[in-house]
This record gives sequence, C-alpha cells and structure tokens, in this order.
Amino acid sequence: MSGFDVNQVRKDFPILHQEVRGRPLVYLDSAATAQKPQAVIDALVRFYQHDNANVHRGVHVLSERATEAYEGARETVRRFINARDAKEVVFVRGTTEAINLVAQTYGRKHIGAGDEVLITQMEHHANIVPWRMLCEQTGAVLKVIPVDDRGELVLDAVDALLTERTRILAVTHVSNALGTVVPVKELTRRAHAKGIPVLVDGAQAVTHFPVDVQDLGCDFYAFSGHKMFGPTGIGVLYGRKERLEAMPPYQGGGDMILSVTMEKVTYNRVPYRFEAGTPNLEGAVGLAAAIRYLEALGMENVAAHDRELLAYATQALEAVPGLRMVGTAREKSGVLSFMLADVHPHDVGTILDREGICIRTGHHCAQPVMQHFKVPATSRASLALYNTREDVDALVRGLHKVLEVFQ
Amino acid sequence: MSASDDLKDLYQEVVLEHSKRPRNYRVVEGATAEAAGHNPLCGDQLVVTLKVEGGVIKDVAFQGQGCAISKASASLMTGAVKDRTRAEAEDLFERVHKLVTEGPESVDVDALGKLAVLSGVSEFPARVKCASLAWHTLRAALEGRGEAVSTE
Ligand SMILES: Cc1ncc(COP(=O)(O)O)c(C=O)c1O
Repeated sequence: MSGFDVNQVRKDFPILHQEVRGRPLVYLDSAATAQKPQAVIDALVRFYQHDNANVHRGVHVLSERATEAYEGARETVRRFINARDAKEVVFVRGTTEAINLVAQTYGRKHIGAGDEVLITQMEHHANIVPWRMLCEQTGAVLKVIPVDDRGELVLDAVDALLTERTRILAVTHVSNALGTVVPVKELTRRAHAKGIPVLVDGAQAVTHFPVDVQDLGCDFYAFSGHKMFGPTGIGVLYGRKERLEAMPPYQGGGDMILSVTMEKVTYNRVPYRFEAGTPNLEGAVGLAAAIRYLEALGMENVAAHDRELLAYATQALEAVPGLRMVGTAREKSGVLSFMLADVHPHDVGTILDREGICIRTGHHCAQPVMQHFKVPATSRASLALYNTREDVDALVRGLHKVLEVFQ
Repeated sequence: MSASDDLKDLYQEVVLEHSKRPRNYRVVEGATAEAAGHNPLCGDQLVVTLKVEGGVIKDVAFQGQGCAISKASASLMTGAVKDRTRAEAEDLFERVHKLVTEGPESVDVDALGKLAVLSGVSEFPARVKCASLAWHTLRAALEGRGEAVSTE
C-alpha cells in the first residue's frame, strides 16, 4: 500500500506504546474514542505556548493569531469534507451537540404537530433522543426505517416512510453498534426527490473513509473531533448555507450577535450565529491538526487499510468457536460486534481487559438496534488506522482464553 | 498477583456453576414483595420476588438476564437470605458489599459461608455493580419499593 505503513503510523501515537496489566496494550475501542497522534498533542501545546487569546475580539497580536488559527481550522474542515464554503462549518462540542442544534433550531422552526421525523432503527442515542425531545415539544411523530437481520436498512421500506408529512430524514452514515455503512447518498436522493432535507450522523464515517458532503448532497453532516484522532469537546456541524441562513440561533450570548440593545438583538451571520460564547479554540486547532495528519496519510489509504483489516478480523473472529457476529452487512466499516457462546459480553470484556485488550461491551448507546437483535449487549472491537493484524490475533487469543474460563 | 490469578479468583468454580445453573431461578408463588433491578451500563436486568412472614424471609427467588457475576451473586443471595429476618438480610448485604468493595481482609469471610466466593470481585472495581445488583434489588423489595432500582 503506497504511503501507508501501519508500523510507521503506530509510532505517531505515543499512548499505544505501553504495557497494561503486564501486557502490551491492545486498543480496540476507537469507535468510542480514538487515540491522538503526536502532531495533535503538539498542536495543542503550541497553541497554548504561543498563540492563546480570545478570538474575534481583541485588536492585539495574540488575538489575531488565535483568530487566524481558529478560522484556519474552519477552512481545514471545509477542505476535509469538501464543503463549498467555510461558512458552512459550525464548530460545536461534538456530534451530539450538532444534532441537538439542528433539532432545536431547524426543527423548532419547521417541524410541528403531526409532522414526521424519520430516523432508522440503528441510530446512536445521539440521533434518537434529540428528535424524541423535539417530538415531545411539538407534537411531531418519530418514524423509523427498520433494519434486517444482517443489520442493513430495509431500503424497500424507505419510500413509503418518506411521506408528505416528513420534515427531515436523520440517518447515520456508519452504525457504531454494527458497523453497517448506510447508503446515505441514495437515501438523500430519494428524500430530496420529495423535498425532504437530510441530516447525516458521520461520527463513525469520517475516521474511516473520504467524505464529500457535496457528493452526498445531504443538508447537514455531524461529526466529533475525538473519534477522528482530535481532541474531545470539539465537533462539526456542516450545513448547506441556504439551510443555515434560514435557521434561528441556537444558544444566545457573545459572538453570535451583531448588536444588542435592551430592546433588540441583531444576530450575527452564519456560522457565528450558532457559536455563542468563547468557542473551544484549542479544540479547533487540534482538530485541524488531526485532519492534516489524516490528509498526509491519505484518506484513501486509511480506507484501504481499514477494509483490509476488517476483512482479516471478520474471518479470524468467525473462526472462534461459538462466536456469532451481530451485524453482517455487506458493506461494513471499522466495527465488529459479536456474542461469544453464552458468555455475557461483560465477562468477555473483563477477561480481555486482564490480557491488556480494550474493547467495549454494552449496548453502545444504541438500545433500539440491540432490541432488534434481541441481545441486551454485545462485545465490540473497533478498528482504527493504527491497528494491526497482531492486534486482531491478540483478540482472538483473548477470546479463546474467555472460552477456557467458561469451558 | 498475576492477571490470571485475579481472574481465577473472580471466576471461581462455584461462581461459574451458580451462573450456569442459578438456584431459585423462578417467581415466588404468593409473593408478598418484589422489585426490579437494572444495571444500565451493561443492560443487566433482574426481578427479585419474596415471601415475608412474621418478619422472616420464607422464600426468595430471582429471574432475569445478566453477566456471570450478577447471576451468581443473585443465586447465592437467594440461598443465603432464606429463613433470615429482614435485619439479618440487611446485615448480610452490608458485609457482602464490604467484601466486594474492600476485599476479603475487610470482613470475617468464614462467617459469610458460600458468599465468600464473591471475594474476587474486589480486584475488579468495574464489576462491583454486577455483584451488588441482586442485593440492591432485594433491599428495594424488603423496603416495599417495587419500582426499578438502578445501580447507576
Ligand atoms: C454513530 C454515533 N453518533 C453519535 C455519537 C455521539 O458522539 P459524541 O459523544 O462525540 O457527541 C457517537 C459516539 O459514540 C456515534 O458513534
């Protein structure tokens, strides 16, 4: 693979080079949060050591530098997702806040009693609860696209669910619980044919393959910095400019206004209208560093590595006696969710942990899809660009150890 | 102690055996109290039913789904609190809780009988909630709080 050598990549991530519980750390929980390359750590330190000041307010040199760094980060994000305009990039706390923002601004303005919000059975709670709350506030109705036993969306059901009352389609790009890659471009096409806007939850997608929001055509795209090797507390809401401009503000405060008297407030332009208060400056700077890191590796290379490792891991896990994969979609990315014989995932997680292997066990904040598969929880190993076949082999050995304990 | 000794302490023979074939896995007939317990972190859910007569727990049983530790703890609990008074059951819970949080040195392990096999839990702070779920649920039932108790 040209330009991508996983052993080289691993050297960029200091946290990976440690022993835990007397064994080399095997980190297979990047879907929860990803580790950070030195470049991101350095960018944070550099910002604090040289450039820190509040943005958009001071006339002094540091404020100028900080503003430049912050707005530069916005441009870096624009390039990364191929948005038309940096003004379409709103900095938020993460995917969760991005979706809440759309629900409480776009949603409160355009969605009323009897209207429908369409989501899917495999959403993360972050793309369910904000809509549930909106429905409770407005009397709108939440509708759900079902999944089949592979963990793919039942596409045949979609057209009938996109009705004249549907006001938004909110759908994940990649399921964090199953790994399913959802055909969001096709869904967007179908929704747009009926004039329905589309929000895509990209939290698990942007780390694994190139994302081009213009190509997808969606109206909103949400993701988190911490899952893509950047800092926590920073995330992005992409919104098509026409959409953002037609939306009321989210929170009120400094930076989101043009003028304030006690009688009247004039709101700022987009994206500032949605960024009340001092933003997470170092977070944006760190996110930009993470993006530059990914761009240097090449997202196509990252995607190829992920595909190859996922195929290897799928085969290796399926050879473990008694292992049942939960989520066997034809197109998957980054996630292996499974049950091991009749051992509860929590016990699997504990035993692997003692082997120095970090996985996630539980419902993965996606209880509705767990209910579909009739399991209270699964074990989930998730892969990132720094994982290797050796990591997968260690996992397989760990699973054999689990079977040994439970015979 | 090595990682694998810790594991052996956690998943002792008796614990595994109780988790695979839990005792009193049923609903008490003519139950006078019941409560549901829930551990939202791992999705464990169980229901404890009991029959109390003259202040004594005449029968106690549980049903539900959970990890090996929570099932074994529930199963062992049903055996341990049967024919005990409320106060005795409460006292036992306190000692079990000490055992799973602070370890075997913190209590008179011999006096705990079979429950002593839960001592390995203290090396696994993330699993204390699993071991305590049934007990919290029992307490809720004894206090007449039937609503779901949550370990979160
Ligand atoms: C698919 C998906 N959506 C949304 C989220 C929420 O992201 P955050 O907690 O960073 O807001 C996650 C993270 O777990 C996720 O995997």
